[in-house]
Amino acid sequence: MERAGIVGVGQTVYERRKEDTFAELVFEASTKALADAGVGIEAIDNIITVSNDFWDGRTISSMAIQDAAGSWDRDISTVEGDGIFGALYGMMRTLSGSFDTTLVVAHVKGSEGNMNMITNSMFDPIYQRHLGPDATSTAALQARVYMEKTGATEKDFAKVSVKNHGNGVKNPFAQIKKKITIKDVMESRKIADPLKLYDCSPISDGAAAIILSTEKGLKRFKKDPVWILGVGHCSDSYNLGYRDLAWPRALDAAAQKAYKMAGIKNPLKDLDVVELYDAYSYMELLWYEGLGLAPRGKGAELIRSGATGMKGELPVNPSGGVLSAHPVLVAGLARLIEATLQVRGEAGTRQIKGAKKALAHGINGPCGQAHGVFVIGA
Amino acid sequence: MDVQNIYYDGRIKIPYTWYVGETGSRFLIALRDNKEIWGNQCPQCKKVFVPPMKTCGECFVPTGEWLKLADTGTVESFTVVHYENGVAKRPLPVIYGLIKIDGASGSLLHFIGDVKPEKVKIGMRVKAVFAEKRGGTILDISHFAPVKG
Ligand SMILES: [Zn+2]
Repeated sequence: MERAGIVGVGQTVYERRKEDTFAELVFEASTKALADAGVGIEAIDNIITVSNDFWDGRTISSMAIQDAAGSWDRDISTVEGDGIFGALYGMMRTLSGSFDTTLVVAHVKGSEGNMNMITNSMFDPIYQRHLGPDATSTAALQARVYMEKTGATEKDFAKVSVKNHGNGVKNPFAQIKKKITIKDVMESRKIADPLKLYDCSPISDGAAAIILSTEKGLKRFKKDPVWILGVGHCSDSYNLGYRDLAWPRALDAAAQKAYKMAGIKNPLKDLDVVELYDAYSYMELLWYEGLGLAPRGKGAELIRSGATGMKGELPVNPSGGVLSAHPVLVAGLARLIEATLQVRGEAGTRQIKGAKKALAHGINGPCGQAHGVFVIGA
Repeated sequence: MDVQNIYYDGRIKIPYTWYVGETGSRFLIALRDNKEIWGNQCPQCKKVFVPPMKTCGECFVPTGEWLKLADTGTVESFTVVHYENGVAKRPLPVIYGLIKIDGASGSLLHFIGDVKPEKVKIGMRVKAVFAEKRGGTILDISHFAPVKG
């Protein structure tokens, strides 16, 4: 079967208020990915952009940045959702037989809109929106259900925050580089009980891009590809009240699909590094379970064991994760980029020694309604 | 060359008139006119939906029978929100709950009120408090308050 590989990656530094326009961010990430791949735009057969009209404050937000993505005289299409789904669509197009190479680029400027109002708009306008729920207040509802059903505590959530913020210190692309303690997290400002300031990801701006190629397209590029070994995606119920908030069955389905394709039997042992979408600290524990890294209901035990620390059995989020920079839509692609850098051995001072197989994860919708999982390797 | 950064302030405000559907209309009329909470049931998996659904997502069939449910339920989750988000028009802190109405298969997102935030617990029994002025919206239920006694 034809394979697809990642041959180039690029990303901006993530910051709260970047002094670049949307198009400038897209151009920076795209040209960095091209430079990384050692080619010019002529090596690219088609382009996928990732954007959202509410975040950009304009309709057909994709059209406004297509020149900056290098789409002149090229086929271009768009994903409105997390960048991991942009990568998925890019992979499908690469393998479709129509194109040998694909550039996928995502952008957002969270600082220019209003996160609470924008995420409020994802809820049903008839039954929910007027009540004012947003990404953070509904995440808090999920965190509480998770604590109730599994016995995980706010301190367990704080451990995730301490680990990931600590990892972010060594990532030059991260926005928040902070060594913090459990006490700092526990005493940080209450946002939406049980979530406190350091349990929540920041508001970020930035862009990220990857270049995908078939085997046939490889001769255009300088670098050895990092192969996509397995991929899976799945979505759960939209209505929070009719979803088991303590069990991410959509992630379980997505991960199992990806593992089967990649020949992964025991993810905790077979994977060398994981980059997952920790928009809020507690999510990391929930996603451990969905990814099969911990038994159901035992996510907290995995963080307590230290196994997911930089020196543990399976380091999770060496980049600092989404807690250290949360460019919405871009963040899933940033996970895939970090996973690629780790497999290549190019992750600088945060490099996991000998990393060969990595997993990248992205989410979409309230409380992780949809999940995308990539397993990649040299 | 040093250039001063210029920012442009905008606000998108576009009116919409969303049809809530026949199923939704029936639910909202019952709230408005009779202070009653109605749900409907999937003929296949027997799940009872509140708010009602036109179809069952899991079974992918149209829902059937309408059922009048109680105006009481149980708190499945809650959060005490300490920030203003410009949408919820209530004094801080705002308490949200996922409330499983008696007889429903899942829970409804709504406000919890008439209670101190620190007294709210999962499993707490609550009762719908209807708004004085009702206009056929989800806010015809003002909030859910602890059941007395
Ligand atoms: Zn059904």
